[in-house]
Amino acid sequence: MNQHLLTIDNLKVNFKTYGGEVQAVRGVSFHVDKGETVAIVGESGCGKSVTAQAIMGLIPNPPGRIVGGKVVFEGTEISSLPKKELLGIRGTQIGMVFQDPMTALNPTMKVGAQIVEGFVRSQKVSREEARKRAIEMLRLVGIPDPEQRVDQYPHQFSGGMRQRVVIAIALACDPKLVIADEPTTALDVTIQAQILDLLKRLQEEQQLSVVIITHDLGVVAEIAHRMVVMYAGMVVETGTVEDVFANPKHPYTWGLMRSLPRLDEEEKQRLVPIEGTPPDLFNPPVGCAFAARCDFAMEICKQQMPPTTSFGQGHEAACWLHDERAPRIEELVAAGRQA
Amino acid sequence: MTNYLVKRVLMMLVTLWIIVTLTFSLMHAIPGNPFASESDQLPEQILANLRAKYHLDEPLPVQYLMYLKNLVFLDLGPSIKSDSRSVNDMIADGFGASAWLGGQAISIAVVFGILFGIIAALNRNRTLDYVAMALAVLGVAVPSFIMAPLLINFLAIKFPLFPVATWGTWMHTVLPSLALAFGPIAIITRYMRASMIEVMNQNYIRTAEAKGIPTVLIVIKHGIRNAILPVITFLGPLIASLITGTFVVEKIFAIPGIGKYFVDGIFNRDYPVILGTTIFYSAILIVTIFLIDIAYSLIDPRIRLTKKEG
Repeated sequence: MNQHLLTIDNLKVNFKTYGGEVQAVRGVSFHVDKGETVAIVGESGCGKSVTAQAIMGLIPNPPGRIVGGKVVFEGTEISSLPKKELLGIRGTQIGMVFQDPMTALNPTMKVGAQIVEGFVRSQKVSREEARKRAIEMLRLVGIPDPEQRVDQYPHQFSGGMRQRVVIAIALACDPKLVIADEPTTALDVTIQAQILDLLKRLQEEQQLSVVIITHDLGVVAEIAHRMVVMYAGMVVETGTVEDVFANPKHPYTWGLMRSLPRLDEEEKQRLVPIEGTPPDLFNPPVGCAFAARCDFAMEICKQQMPPTTSFGQGHEAACWLHDERAPRIEELVAAGRQA
Repeated sequence: MTNYLVKRVLMMLVTLWIIVTLTFSLMHAIPGNPFASESDQLPEQILANLRAKYHLDEPLPVQYLMYLKNLVFLDLGPSIKSDSRSVNDMIADGFGASAWLGGQAISIAVVFGILFGIIAALNRNRTLDYVAMALAVLGVAVPSFIMAPLLINFLAIKFPLFPVATWGTWMHTVLPSLALAFGPIAIITRYMRASMIEVMNQNYIRTAEAKGIPTVLIVIKHGIRNAILPVITFLGPLIASLITGTFVVEKIFAIPGIGKYFVDGIFNRDYPVILGTTIFYSAILIVTIFLIDIAYSLIDPRIRLTKKEG
């Protein structure tokens, strides 16, 4: 097996709360290769952001804690590194883009200083070099008049411009991997498209690996090569974007696809929501977490975790329907279940 | 900017004028007069002469206008009780000692208050936090007239490190400064803790963590500047009240400051002293608040002194 840039292996993260221990991530595995964009998709609370934070070792502890599994970056297990060594990887090896650009920047620090803060620490450069680097980064992310902008404060930037600054911060040290946690969620639609184009361009130009976290399948289609669909702290389906969109294998992914508005439908169709709510992660179900909301749930789904079935080219899904003993989907539809 | 300054100074003068007017009216509304204690011993004629000397026989509006006229020339008038001394002299004599003590106490309070606040915030709900908060409650609850004798008892009598009282060398200033600083340390610790906890939960702190900046540097570069505004707000009134002297601590340590005049003036109905000390205190308070507003805009670039920049 060739070496992946990043491998997440059976990662488990719990959070202690007054109500008990929440199992936010319950055994997530996936990998990211060099120069590829992987999207993690799922609804709110499915553990996608926690997974991203766990990669960087940014889980607030307490209350959070990695209780199992490992994160391997370039052959080094970083989930067990002491904090001091982890600091050397954050920023310089792995950059992070946050969701809300309005709050992700320090309001009392000039944007230039914020962009190169990590760079100055790791490269020990002079003041002028740092400033030059900050201007260069601002230009890279498409901010006009970088020479003036570098000395301004975040409140003098619009939301979209701030997100560009956040991206510049993530890229300032030439990291190999960028984790973008819902980078466009807080922006309006036209700005979203600009930011996605920017991320895509930077990814291609710099041969970056990108993990993008989103609940928006449009974003996935736009920039990702592969996708990981998460539900209730677990991966339910993974594969190339083409495979998963063309031929989704998990009922949850079907649900996601059907709840998307489409321009190419001939007649008007109502969007179909996925009924119900995700399970309580204080007491996750024994079997498949999606069983309670699944149109095709069988007895076994509620009793045992589904095995992972592979469909070739890395396309995998965790669902009992693909067990050879399960009835065919056509039979289930014929028996009155909605597809 | 010049526009702003002119406007601001005018506003400060108006404020001061309102304070003078209010104090003048309230002061004369208190029953009694400066000669009340002597009135049954002195013949009526002498009392009338005394009143005439200090223009107390004139109608109040006339007295008020005369006082304002002198005030324009920064003349706060004579003290009625300590004959031969003017209120200006009293302030000039005592302010040095009071301001020195106050300045020292404020420095101690700011440095340790901020430090304890940060330590408490970073160790939230752990032992160090509980210790700092217990001290803070003590600091607020224990008044300075308890604190001062305790300090004297331990640091001057049981362990004679510092002089018991009076004024002279720097060593004399240590105990009164500590006694004065104790309460403010407690308050600043609480303010700093609360705002530091809030700041450390902000997203930009997480951004800094993601850049690989060690926690200590995050606190120094990103935390303090954002968390310090509530403390600065509190500093305005604190500075004004500490550097204009405090009655209790100056009394206990026998310090020749101006704190006692505030209280003595009222007991003696020494009208010029009451007005003079009040005006002096108000002027310092108004100026510190102005300086604090400027400090705000330096600390937080989002705060602008003028409404709109050109």
